[in-house]
Amino acid sequence: MTETLERATSGMFRRIPSVRNMQLGLPAALLLLTVVAIVWNGALYLTRLWAPLWWLALFGDFALTVVAAERIGRCVPPTYRKLYERTLAIGFPVMALVAWQLIVDAGILSPLWFPQPTRIAKALWDVTVNYDRASGTSLLGRPWLIPSRFEHDGWAGVWALFAESHVWATLGRVGAGFVIGAIPGILLGVVMGINRTVRLMLDTTLSAIYVLPKIAIFPLVMLMFADPFGEGPKIAVVALSVFFLMAINTMAGVRDIDPVFLMAGRNYGARGFQLLWHVILPAAMPVIFAGLRLALGTALIVIISVEFLRAKQGVGFMTFYYWEVMNPERMYAGLVVVMVLGVVLAYGLQALQRRLMPWQR
Amino acid sequence: MALPKIETRNVCKVYETVAGPMTAVDDFSLDVADNEFVCIVGPSGCGKSTYLRMLAGLDTHTSGTIQIRPGNDPKKPLNSVVFQEYAVFPWKTVIENVTFGLQMRGIGKEQRLETANYWLERVGLRKFANYYPYQISGGMKQRVSIIRALANDPEVLLMDEPLGALDAQTRIVLQDELLRIWEETHKTVVYITHSLDEAILLGDRVILMTAHPGRLLTTFHIDIKRPRTIETLNTPEFAELRGAIWEQLGKEVTRAMEMQA
Ligand SMILES: Nc1ncnc2c1ncn2[C@@H]1O[C@H](COP(=O)(O)OP(=O)(O)OP(=O)(O)O)[C@@H](O)[C@H]1O
Ligand SMILES: [Mg+2]
Repeated sequence: MTETLERATSGMFRRIPSVRNMQLGLPAALLLLTVVAIVWNGALYLTRLWAPLWWLALFGDFALTVVAAERIGRCVPPTYRKLYERTLAIGFPVMALVAWQLIVDAGILSPLWFPQPTRIAKALWDVTVNYDRASGTSLLGRPWLIPSRFEHDGWAGVWALFAESHVWATLGRVGAGFVIGAIPGILLGVVMGINRTVRLMLDTTLSAIYVLPKIAIFPLVMLMFADPFGEGPKIAVVALSVFFLMAINTMAGVRDIDPVFLMAGRNYGARGFQLLWHVILPAAMPVIFAGLRLALGTALIVIISVEFLRAKQGVGFMTFYYWEVMNPERMYAGLVVVMVLGVVLAYGLQALQRRLMPWQR
Repeated sequence: MALPKIETRNVCKVYETVAGPMTAVDDFSLDVADNEFVCIVGPSGCGKSTYLRMLAGLDTHTSGTIQIRPGNDPKKPLNSVVFQEYAVFPWKTVIENVTFGLQMRGIGKEQRLETANYWLERVGLRKFANYYPYQISGGMKQRVSIIRALANDPEVLLMDEPLGALDAQTRIVLQDELLRIWEETHKTVVYITHSLDEAILLGDRVILMTAHPGRLLTTFHIDIKRPRTIETLNTPEFAELRGAIWEQLGKEVTRAMEMQA
């Protein structure tokens, strides 16, 4: 479908008259586009309009880049197609980072809000290799110290290193909350999907709680724990948000199972747990995994917000802490870490799905 | 005379729908003898699948009695269904699908694989044993569905339009295959089909049903001698019987329509 859409709209940029009618060769076309870009930016710069209208200037530059990339794309032989597409997918973000760097260097955007990518990278390096004495933390727990600490203090020393890490703190909370919430959620969803009475009794309540922003129940959850500032409430609030989402999703997945599979299962002798294991769970698996992906996003939102609010450690805490001490580079570094965590976890989930569902194309 | 293997007496099925009660099957009686191949033919929506589901115990009936007599071996399953929609599990490989019934009954792995491999070989699917259903064609899927039932070795085999969705060539190949398998196993079969030709070719008896509500219209005994093959379709004997049935069928249908009017 997307391919048809792409074909239908691919002429859009080529319809720009100068490029289409002149039928230029590749070098000439690129030269022309470069000239247009220089004129566009130069004119805006000389009239002192570039800085106030930076968004318009950048939009024009983006459009010119698209035209140039499409023009190059037309000359790429099929064997290099993949390489070209990968270059586009990686090259553009790199270019955007370079543009960001230059714009801030030129003083058009304030480094206070948009610190240069190089400075963010430097900050990321700093928080990784350095131990922050004030909060007693480091980003990854300085894994290169593991051998020497192990020699001195044994496993306790290694554990202390893990315990000082922001990333491991967040990962631990998300992981524990995810497992504690997802497994009962899936089981309740299966029961609700199979049993009409249970479904009718619980559906309204679950849907109502599901739409509640999870962070809103955090104070309540804190009240329920003996140590309101410990790990318990943080894990619990992640678990709760995952639980409701998985219960509702799994229920929908189970109800959507083609009844003929259930009939086949029963007819060939599957009962109770066998039916669950061999028919119901695999049949609902695609919807369950769609739910898990959603749940992962929610879990990250919840844990980062909770760490903003009440934590002495964690990637969310780190981001917020450096905002409080007005260190935007390190704050950005925190955001980068959150992004990387999200991508890595989503990738892990995808790998798990491929392992558990080899029957899917 | 021996007791019938399948005994259906005055069975009715009424679906309670929002628009009121809907009679899908009305006062349907049918006995099937041991080792008999019975075909049921009827227009779409006349309640054939509903009847088969009730027979298999997958659906309740509103009134009447349905019974399948167990055989000498109490461990044998009473019935196995080949579903109209295949119902091959997409999450199991071909061989896992074929062994499913045996696995559920707790039969050991070695014996399961032996049985499955025999049937896979039989229908030419040995090479595809470890494929997932999405990797094989519709005809192969239906073959998997059929041998899943055969491997389960039930007292009676209930088949719901097993060849309905296939193209003409594949259909003929599988009809021939079914005939050969039946010659070897002599299973009791209730076989639903749209095609009168297929019913005459395969069955010892052909049951015609009326539409809305599904009733038994008439029964034809097919005394073409066994073993039959796909060549039987071209014999004068077949053509003669087919002509006679069509002639009688015309009368029956007219009479049924007059009765309804
Ligand atoms: N669960 C149900 N609730 C209400 N009506 C149903 C239900 N299942 C089947 N019916 C109705 O019962 C009638 C018989 O359906 P059935 O599936 O048995 O027909 P069929 O003879 O197998 O048709 P086909 O040849 O198209 O497979 C149809 O009119 C159908 O609409
Ligand atoms: Mg049917």
